[in-house]
This record gives sequence, C-alpha cells and structure tokens, in this order.
Amino acid sequence: MGLIKHPKLEQIEQDCTRNLKAALGDNEAFSFAQFNEQEVERTGFSDYSYWGSTLRAFCKNKVALFLVFVVLAILCFTFIQPYLPGQFDAFVVNNNPDTGIPLRNQQPDSVHWLGTNSIGQDLWSRLWQGTRTSLLIGIAVAGIEALVGISIGVLWGYVRKLDFVFTELYNILDNIPSTIVLILVSYILKPGVSTIIIAMSLTGWIGMARFIRNQIIIIRDREYNLASRCLGTPVYRIILRNLLPYLVSVVMLRMALSIPAAIGSEVFLTYIGLGLPATIPSLGNLINEGRTLMMSPNLRYQLIYPTIILSIVTISFYVVGNAFSDAADPKNHR
Amino acid sequence: MLKYLAKRLGRSFITLLIILTIVFVLMRQMPIEGYFPNYDKMTKEQIQNGLEIMGMDKPMPVQVLNFLRDLFFKGDLGTSRLYRNNVPVTEVLAPKLPVSIKLGSLALIVALLVGIPMGTLMAKYKGKLFDHIGTGFIVFIQAVPAAVYYLFIQLYGTELLGIKLIFDINDWRSWILPVFSMSLGNIAYYAMWLRRYMVDESNKDYVQLAKIKGVSKNKIMFQHVFRNAFVPMAQYIPTSFLNTVVGSIYIESLYSIPGMGGLLVDVVKKQDNNMVQGIVLVFACVGVVGLIFGDLLMVLLDPRISFASKGGSR
Repeated sequence: MGLIKHPKLEQIEQDCTRNLKAALGDNEAFSFAQFNEQEVERTGFSDYSYWGSTLRAFCKNKVALFLVFVVLAILCFTFIQPYLPGQFDAFVVNNNPDTGIPLRNQQPDSVHWLGTNSIGQDLWSRLWQGTRTSLLIGIAVAGIEALVGISIGVLWGYVRKLDFVFTELYNILDNIPSTIVLILVSYILKPGVSTIIIAMSLTGWIGMARFIRNQIIIIRDREYNLASRCLGTPVYRIILRNLLPYLVSVVMLRMALSIPAAIGSEVFLTYIGLGLPATIPSLGNLINEGRTLMMSPNLRYQLIYPTIILSIVTISFYVVGNAFSDAADPKNHR
Repeated sequence: MLKYLAKRLGRSFITLLIILTIVFVLMRQMPIEGYFPNYDKMTKEQIQNGLEIMGMDKPMPVQVLNFLRDLFFKGDLGTSRLYRNNVPVTEVLAPKLPVSIKLGSLALIVALLVGIPMGTLMAKYKGKLFDHIGTGFIVFIQAVPAAVYYLFIQLYGTELLGIKLIFDINDWRSWILPVFSMSLGNIAYYAMWLRRYMVDESNKDYVQLAKIKGVSKNKIMFQHVFRNAFVPMAQYIPTSFLNTVVGSIYIESLYSIPGMGGLLVDVVKKQDNNMVQGIVLVFACVGVVGLIFGDLLMVLLDPRISFASKGGSR
C-alpha cells in the first residue's frame, strides 16, 4: 500500500536533507556509525528530581502555599498559647474575684477574649487546646488509615487469588455498623484521645483499602508492569517501585482529605454521644457545647468561634491536599 | 445474564447471613449491666431470669441458630425490649421508614435536579467564573463538617422563613430546610464527579472528530459527552436512593423528625439487641441491593457493558 505524499511534505523533506547536509557535511550525514566503546556508555544527564519538581510545582500555587503557613501557624500556636502571658488555664473554672461566683457564660471582653463557657472556663484557651486535640486525632487517624489501608489495598488489588476473599470481607465489614464497634471499643478501653483514635482507625481503613485496590487494578496490567513481571522482578519490588510511586498523587489527595474527614467525624461522634469525655476539650466537644446554647442569640459566640477554626483547618487541608496532589503528578512538572 | 444475577444474589445472601451473625455475636459481647437499667439492685436470680427471657443463657452457637431460624422460617425479628417495651421490632420500624424515605427521596430529587445541571455547566464553562464559584461551593461542602453548616441552616433558615425549629409533618414549609440541608452533600458530590467525568470525556478523540465535522458545541456537550459521562454516575444513584431509608442522624435529630436516623445509635447504646439486628438487616439489605441495582442501571444506560464479561470482577 503506497502512501500518496503531499507536495508540501515532500518539500519539507527536501529542505531537511539540504539543511542536514549543509550542517554536517556530505560525508558525516550519510556514513555508517562506528562502534565506539566510550560512546556506548554515555548517557544523557538530567537534573530532574521528583520531589524537587513536586515542591517547585507546589510553590507556584500561592493560595495553597499560604494555607500551609496558616495550618502550620495554627498548629504551632496551639502549643505556644498556654505559655503566653495573660492566659487562663483551659480547665480552671474562673470565679469573679469580688464575689467568688463562677463567671458563667461571660461575653467576650478584654480579660476573657472569647468569653467563658457555661461553667466559667476560658473559651480562648479551650479553643486552642481543643484545636490541638482535634488536629492530633485527625493526623493520627489519617496516618494509621494510610498505613493499614495502603498495605491491605495493595495486596487486595495485586494478588488475584486474594481478590475474592477481600471483596467479600469488605462487603461484610462495610455493613457492620461502626456504632457497634465504637461502643464496644469504648467499653473495653478507657474513654480518651487514644481510644477514639483506635476506634476511628478500626473502621476507617476499609474505605482507604478499597480506594487503593481500585487504583492498583487499573494500573497493575499496564505494559510496563507486564514487562517487569516477564523479566522476573519480585512482587515486592513491583509493588514498591512500579505501583506505589505511580499512586503518590492520588494517595496524597486521599490522605489530605482524610484529615479533615477524621476531624469531622470526631465532631459527629461527639454529637451522637460517643466522642471524648466533656472534660477533654476538642473541637467536637466545643461545638457540641455551643450547639446546646445556640437558641439564645447572645450566647452564639460559643458555637461560632470553634466552627470558624474548624472550617479554616478543614478547608486548608482540603485545598493543600488538592494542590499537592496536582503538584505530585509528573504530568504537571514542566 | 440471569445466571449471573442468580449467582450474585446467592452470594449476597451468604454475605447477609455472615453480617447478621457477626453483629449478633458482637452485641452479645456488651457488658451484662447494660441490659438492666437497675442492675445494682437486682438479685442473681432476677438477672438469671432476665437473661433467660432474652435467650442469652444458652451457648452462643445455639443462640445464633435460634435467631436465624426465627428470622427465616417465621419472619420474626423478635420484640424490642428497652426502646419500646415488648413491641415487635417490625412494628417499631413500620411508621418510621416512610418518613425517612419521603424526606430522603425529596432530597435526592433536589440533588439530582441541581447537581447535574451544575456539573454540566461547570464542565462547559471550565476555567470560567461559574466553574470557580462551583468549585468553591464544592470545596466548602466537602471540607466543612456537615454538623456545622446544618446547624447554621437551621439557625438562620428558620428565622428567615419564620417557622419553628421543630419539624411539623403536616406543614409543608417545615420540609424545606431538612430537604435542602440533606441535598447539599449530594449536590456537591454529583456536580464534582459529573464535571470530572465530562472534562475527561471531552478530551477524547471522538469529541475532537465531532468538532471538526462541525457538530454544534451544545449538541456535543449534551448528546455525546453528557451521556457517556453519566454512565459511571448512574451506579451511585440506586445506592443513594436506598440510603434514604437509613435516614440522616444529624438532620432528623436537629429537627426532631420521627424517622430512622439515629435510631441505630440509640438502640445500640440501649443494648436492645433485637432492634439492632432488625435495623442492621434493613441496612445491609439496602447496601447489597443498591450495589446490584447500580450495576443493572449501568448496563441499561451503556450497551457496551455486559454482565457476562464482568462476571466475578466485583
């Protein structure tokens, strides 16, 4: 089957030949290459570094960069705040110095910057203590979820024989109400921060594992993996070197989203009465306390301040996660 | 096709059995104190008597078999013990289901009516102002915990509409806010994924070809891109419809709606075993049936997908 050449193409071809000849000389352009041992070993040099490029791509997104600083600033401040001058202890009930009566539901003023809660504790200090607890829970749960979810998800997706077993296991685990698990855990362990982290991780990894499994299934039979398998690459190496690096951007996105999700579900758990005991301040507890008072308009500040911090933190993580996942995709490294 | 369905239904049935058994066993791990409100004042005989009435004195396997026998041969889920004294579980659930279904399906309809046009328009005007506004909305709904904006909708919405905070089943105005709050999450979900799928789809070769052939932009968007992009979304619709049965804990407790939401948490805390089993049965059926219907809908919408080749992959 002969191709009909477009006259313009022919023109270009002739131009190229002429230019090549002019540049290299008649002999150079059309002589056989000689075998040269040093030339064989020469490789192209590239200063491409994956994480370097990711960082550079990320820094181009000014909004995300700003929000990273916001989150870091909030995180640092929650640790510094108790040592600043003029702070109240988050757990001490403040009394009126003259009468000795607890300062209940005091409006925000110059002493108690965000007012006091219904038993007279300083809301400003409680807010930062609570933010610290919630951030800790969010990061810990997201970390455990990622670790367990990725390990199981990879096995589930890559090892064909296990697919059936894990899929049925998923169907079963996914349908057992997490309430039952949460209540049982809180019976066995003492209620507290570590208990809630364990309880949330116990049910949280399932979604992550399923997500990773679906991703692995999409890429496991791509040509480069087939080639690796034919060359006899061991399974662990295929997983660590071929599959997981491919998933960095989606996994990062998912992880960044699971931090706000974990903070959100702590609020939810508190709401249904399975959260932290009321003595430990957390964003969930603060919002729940504020919620009970929201019917009286002049006490709404107790609900509004925690929700503002909560919204800032969760939106920041969300936006940063999206931006980082975009930056981690090598297609966007230009 | 039929063979595949039969096989799949059979497997789902076994899954259901396992779920019920596990939940049954888990509930029996709860401390005995929780079963009796005045445990401290009871004598040993009274406690033993109470356990006997609940059938909890027998060994675990016997209990499980008794439960499954009653369920499948008599259709009997037992009676509620603490939530409502000695009322059959089915009777407790019967008046609650329709309320949740009505509320949930209204919310789903609103979500589809708003979310799908929103996603389509966002894909069509990608990178323009509408897309940015929509993305902002989606980020907000996804990132801010539902508890927070539900509260503010209730707080300011009721003031705005001039109605009471508490739900009144006969006043149509009091349906507005719960339905609206419930649909927000789904609106964001539908809009986000439809936009994603449509943007992916419009980069495909056949769309380029249609453009070159001079097909109008609207026709490409609505007849070709939309239809193809909607297929993966379709799978989610039956599940989200059936999920309305489950109700929403937040919404229903915020507005005191007498639905299913929060019921599970309530009865788990009260250790009302029969109620827990009944509700878990409903939920698990909903989950399993939703998945099957989702696949069926996908086949209906896209003739290229067939069950035969898909068999066993899920």
